Amino acid sequence: MTPDALDALARSGFSRRDFLKSSGALVVAFAAADEVWAAQGQFDTRASHIDPKQLDSWIAIAADGRATAYTGKCELGQGIQTAQIQLVAEELSLPADRVTLVQCDTQVCPDQGTTSGSQSTPTNFNERNLAQAAATARETLVRLAATRLGVPAGELAVAGGTISARSDRNKSVTYGELVAGRKLNTLVDANAKRKAPREWTVLGTSVPRVDMAAMATGQLEYVQNVRVPGMLHGAVVRPPSVGATLAAVDESSVRTMPGVVKVVVKNNFVGVVAAKPWQAMQAAAALKASWKDGPALPPQREFYDHLRKQPSRDAFVVNSSNVDEMLAKAPTVVRATYLHPYQMHGSMGTSCAVADVQGGRVTVWSSTQSAYPTRSGVALLLGIPPDNVRVVYTRGSGCYGINGADTVSYDAALMSQATGKPVRVQLSRKDEMAWENYGFAYAIDQRAGVSADGTITVWDHEAWFASLGGRPGYETPGNVVTGMLAGFATAPFRPAQAAEPAGEFRNGSNAAPSYVSGRVAQHAGGAGTITSERVLTHTVRSPFFTGPLRSPSRLQNTFAHECFLDEIAAHVKADPVEYRLRHLSDPRLKEVVSAAARTAKWETRPSPGPDASKTGVARGRGFSCVLYEGDNGYVAMVAEIEVDRATGRIATRRLVIAQDCGPVSNPDGMRNQLEGGALQGLSRALGEEVTWDDRKVTSIDWRTYHSLPLGFELPAIESVLINRAGVEASGAGETAITIVAAAVGNAIFDATGVRVRTVPFTAERIAAAMRG
Amino acid sequence: MSPITLTVNGRSHTLDVDPATPLLYVLSDDLALRGPKFGCGLGQCGACAVIIRGRAVRSCVTPVSTAAGAEITTLEGLGTIERPHPIQRAFIAEQAAQCGFCLNGVILTAKAFLDQNPKATDAEVQQALSGVLCRCFVNTRMLAAIRRYRNSPAVAPAAAEQEGGGR
Repeated sequence: MTPDALDALARSGFSRRDFLKSSGALVVAFAAADEVWAAQGQFDTRASHIDPKQLDSWIAIAADGRATAYTGKCELGQGIQTAQIQLVAEELSLPADRVTLVQCDTQVCPDQGTTSGSQSTPTNFNERNLAQAAATARETLVRLAATRLGVPAGELAVAGGTISARSDRNKSVTYGELVAGRKLNTLVDANAKRKAPREWTVLGTSVPRVDMAAMATGQLEYVQNVRVPGMLHGAVVRPPSVGATLAAVDESSVRTMPGVVKVVVKNNFVGVVAAKPWQAMQAAAALKASWKDGPALPPQREFYDHLRKQPSRDAFVVNSSNVDEMLAKAPTVVRATYLHPYQMHGSMGTSCAVADVQGGRVTVWSSTQSAYPTRSGVALLLGIPPDNVRVVYTRGSGCYGINGADTVSYDAALMSQATGKPVRVQLSRKDEMAWENYGFAYAIDQRAGVSADGTITVWDHEAWFASLGGRPGYETPGNVVTGMLAGFATAPFRPAQAAEPAGEFRNGSNAAPSYVSGRVAQHAGGAGTITSERVLTHTVRSPFFTGPLRSPSRLQNTFAHECFLDEIAAHVKADPVEYRLRHLSDPRLKEVVSAAARTAKWETRPSPGPDASKTGVARGRGFSCVLYEGDNGYVAMVAEIEVDRATGRIATRRLVIAQDCGPVSNPDGMRNQLEGGALQGLSRALGEEVTWDDRKVTSIDWRTYHSLPLGFELPAIESVLINRAGVEASGAGETAITIVAAAVGNAIFDATGVRVRTVPFTAERIAAAMRG
Repeated sequence: MSPITLTVNGRSHTLDVDPATPLLYVLSDDLALRGPKFGCGLGQCGACAVIIRGRAVRSCVTPVSTAAGAEITTLEGLGTIERPHPIQRAFIAEQAAQCGFCLNGVILTAKAFLDQNPKATDAEVQQALSGVLCRCFVNTRMLAAIRRYRNSPAVAPAAAEQEGGGR
């Protein structure tokens, strides 16, 4: 906990231990490290005032037999609301339209941390949490029915919310009659039997999105639409440059403007509250505030070199002792450096929240991915106990990671506390883009030794990436801009030397390539065959806030790995698919590789292809694959593109994606995720880059941050789903996006013989690379 | 402040607002409509679109005074959950959304364009959407939904007959 956070607690008359207890953060807090939170803590279900051991915390059966399920994993646009309804309906043998799902309302839902990291499916669709609660509910209802009907449980059948004797269908009772709105009052049973995928009739089918018609007809309530009686509107005044501090505010400059209620200042936080949104925005623009500049920003054109020169926190993911020796004796060593810029979430809607602070109690309507952590963050910020804060998750614009949803929740809370009225805040486009937590910038060096027969014998990976702040978790509101401005410290950056890897192999956000054995101690946990392996990462303090952006680090690392594998294959004149298969050991990863190649009718030959010597428009194909996060979804992709040699412009013609995420909950929903992920990845690979000058971020709207529009010429997308029963259900939201940049980069090489190692692949960059 | 009369989805409203206020704020705040959305406030993304005089207009950069007296249609004015408009039905059939925040701009921009250009080719439809963003990148499904609408009796009765109607 930061000193500011401890101060805030002391003022509220609350001990750290009390705070952590009531915020449910004990596990993380006493394990102490930010890294633990980042690596594993943020998705888990944990104790709170809603006890996750109790069945009633998850499932309620009403007198009419309808089921209501309470979840800590929320709909962000990815379809998890519909999938969770399917899950509960399946386990309870109810039609999907008789299940209601309440998502991430801290008053009634269990604390499941953050909805992120492709962890909602692993967390709630395997033998624990929501799935296990639903299975327990069915078994509990069957037991109650057995008693009521005087028929042994084994002789009862369940269908459509009615339990009846197999031998005599007249002997039956409905869920509603059995429970009649009472609590089930039992524990979630770890031994309750889940239905096997082959028995599924609701789960595993393409149930249409439950929110689709409301979205298409303008009826869905987004957090941007929340209106509370007596509500005022706030607008923030962010500093004019990164690191600037507030010198003075002249409140009189806006006092007479129409509708202005109050100027709110807390440390470096400044906001204006007015009766109407347009009044608040105009007053925020007119407010006279003077700021003292912070240090100049590192020049963007030298930034990747700058990263290498900074103090760093270092970590080994793997480190076999013989890497230098193997490199020294390898007949051939291939080297390359890959660069990936900061990118932004760039949500369609700017972030918005409504907060109502009245009489020491707070309600926040927020599209945060982290309801309970936001509850704690707001409590710290306002100096009140978390028990007095309720966060009600309300749909927002698609987030793809930590956009402005958390920070704007703090903005609204601060302004509501200052005015004693409910306050709605929606950020401007510039305030959203200039201050969000960007995806990490990376510089990655790769080296590989290749034997005389063309086999990779050693892989050496070293990466530098810039990080600052991130998700606030339960106790670090300073990890996002509003908390920092209001006086809370950002999680401290402490340089550290790398310790030797110990314990179980973790691939460190795909820092380890799929082709290494991942040997830590005596156990090899990787997906590949290369046993001489070193993966060293250097975390550097970023000048800008950073945080998880769809496939955080995994995307950047995988871009570097999958391009580099391709470079080595080209060096030894091997076919890129065969060469991958030759260095992989994981059978499921090999299977998606083969499935993508087969579906794309991949022609076996080395790259570059026949067009590389031509002029005009050159065609090429590229391959890439990954086992997301080392254990959470297998995916492979073929990209077919055209490169206009005159302009450097790329047209993507076809994407073939093969995926294995275990048993599929909703095939159409999964295809939607694959298609959207692939195209979002394409936008990020081809055009997206955060830019800055010596003082401030200059990517502040859709003219200065380059997203592909809806009208761009679309590639054909073919998705192959390998629906596998008998294994854990894993995530599917971040698989495809992780491998797009590499597939396209490899296709550029195949088409032109030119290797571009810097994202984004803008036409200018490609044209310059071809000129040499 | 001055009284302005707006006709929105067939209903007339007289409001006392600053005439320079962008139409979007009046629709989403004073009239509490959920269709038009604030995306950028700069006319760059389309999320705030409404249809005025048959054209998709960006309400975030349209002063409310210029919309006085005109018939304004928002996404909720097209159809309801129970009786969606054919273009809304097409989006539902194709499951063409993820977060859905852009749908307002996508549907209204496509509808206004196809109503004026019922025989537009796919390339022309894509061109018409070149100033609209979907950051979930549901492009493939959205274009399929728009094609489905274009080929439906609502837009192209003859074409629909030949093809035996929409799916």
